[in-house]
Amino acid sequence: MAETSTTPVGVEVKNLSKSFGQQVVIEDVSFDVKPGEIFVLMGPSGAGKSVLLRHLVNLEKPDAGQVLIDGKDAADPATHKAIRTALVFQAGALFNSMSVFDNLAFYPREHRLYNKSTLRDKVERVLKILHIEDTAKKLPAELSGGMRKRVAIARALVMEPQLLLYDEPTSELDPVTAANISEIIGTLKEEFSVTSIAVSHDRDLALGIADRVGLLMNGKLIALATPEELAASTDPQVAEFMSPKIDIQDPRFRKIS
Amino acid sequence: MNTARNILEAIGSSLVLLLRSIGYLPSLPRQLGRVFDYAFHIGYLTFPIVAILSFFLGAVLALQTGYSMNFAGGQELIGRIVGLAVARELAPLITAFLLAGRVGSSITAEIASMTVYQEVDALRTMQTPPERILVMPRLIAILFMMPVLTIVAVLLGWFGGGVVAQHVEFIGLDPNVYWANLKSVTEFKDVMNGLIKAEVFGFFVVLIACNQGLITRGGPREIGFSVTRSVVTGMFLVLLLDYVLTRILM
Ligand SMILES: Nc1ncnc2c1ncn2[C@@H]1O[C@H](COP(=O)(O)OP(=O)(O)O)[C@@H](O)[C@H]1O
Ligand SMILES: [Mg+2]
Repeated sequence: MAETSTTPVGVEVKNLSKSFGQQVVIEDVSFDVKPGEIFVLMGPSGAGKSVLLRHLVNLEKPDAGQVLIDGKDAADPATHKAIRTALVFQAGALFNSMSVFDNLAFYPREHRLYNKSTLRDKVERVLKILHIEDTAKKLPAELSGGMRKRVAIARALVMEPQLLLYDEPTSELDPVTAANISEIIGTLKEEFSVTSIAVSHDRDLALGIADRVGLLMNGKLIALATPEELAASTDPQVAEFMSPKIDIQDPRFRKIS
Repeated sequence: MNTARNILEAIGSSLVLLLRSIGYLPSLPRQLGRVFDYAFHIGYLTFPIVAILSFFLGAVLALQTGYSMNFAGGQELIGRIVGLAVARELAPLITAFLLAGRVGSSITAEIASMTVYQEVDALRTMQTPPERILVMPRLIAILFMMPVLTIVAVLLGWFGGGVVAQHVEFIGLDPNVYWANLKSVTEFKDVMNGLIKAEVFGFFVVLIACNQGLITRGGPREIGFSVTRSVVTGMFLVLLLDYVLTRILM
């Protein structure tokens, strides 16, 4: 069998808007992600990053605008039958009643993709790539935060997705584990042909591995650039987000009138 | 006002869930493993308690009847009363109530926790809708298990009545008389009548429980609320359906 028979897909977000009740969470956001690209969507917490990501896997429906994956509407279930898309949830969303191995094997088993020995090989290969071979028999509750994240990524990789989405893959991790996860995401291209979109407020992740970065604030996309451009930006909002200075002589919370 | 809206919403979403689950019936052959697991789980949780409680229910019924009849004469009527009441009413009702309490609560707790911790979202993104693997197989499982459980409840209820009728000193009925009397009025159609009711009760208890789990939003506190609501709604609906079905099947 070929290593990966998948081809990465492009994503177009077109004038996407979404509100929950009175609260406008996403306001007229548009951007493209090219096939095979690593795109990082940054923004402070509460900016609407997770909500935007959920639109890509049809867990939320847009109020206006649309999301196209490989030219097909993401709000149509048929799109996701035709294109394999995986989402790594922020908290992992591992199946708590199943061992790590069964978590990874869940998707191929449900869809009867491989026979038993191929399945075992595929799962073991992914476990090895992420250096979590030892966890195969454990339950999610027995894992540390960093391991849960890696298991969640592993479960997505076993699906051999064409589009891989990460929600805050490095949040709540120590700096070294976070760097490790960033490297994993950044080097997956070598093993799997996949388009990656990560949502994060981790500057190191964005500047380290992204091909392009979008900056979402209060539901609006205020910047769309390469990491270098973003780091050098003189826009006060962007500069403030990219390198906030901690100033205890003149703290921010006292400026709010 | 709020409660009324909640109830209406729960009914609406349950019906939508029912239709969606029916839509996944064609995948039943692939889900037989799960049907079997869930059926086993249902049996494991309810069998002992259904057996014990229906025995005592039959016993108490015989005792009360014997006590009333003591003044009127005609102890042999105990067999008739226990026979009909247990088969037509008490066995289905006690089985459905115990199901709501033990199985309904455990289904809601499990699915609500999966919903709150985004496991259900994960299932959706993996193209395995919860309706297909969590709900539909449970509905099929309860359709298999409910008649079995109810028959056990009927037989043990009758048996409990017989034991009391024989051994309580102020009744002291010959077991042969008890069973002969029971058989003289209780027909197969009475037992069937009870089984049909039980089947409907069980189906709705499980449907409500699954739905309540899936519509849970929030955190651990809300999981607890959902479990309570599932059990209360389940029992309430069972009594409502009981009246309607009893009228229809009369
Ligand atoms: N299902 C929902 N119902 C109501 N409000 C929501 C829902 N999901 C998210 N929100 C709100 O949308 C805003 C953006 O949330 P989110 O996308 O999770 O932020 P983040 O950028 O930190 O991921 C938050 O204010 C949140 O309260
Ligand atoms: Mg988020």
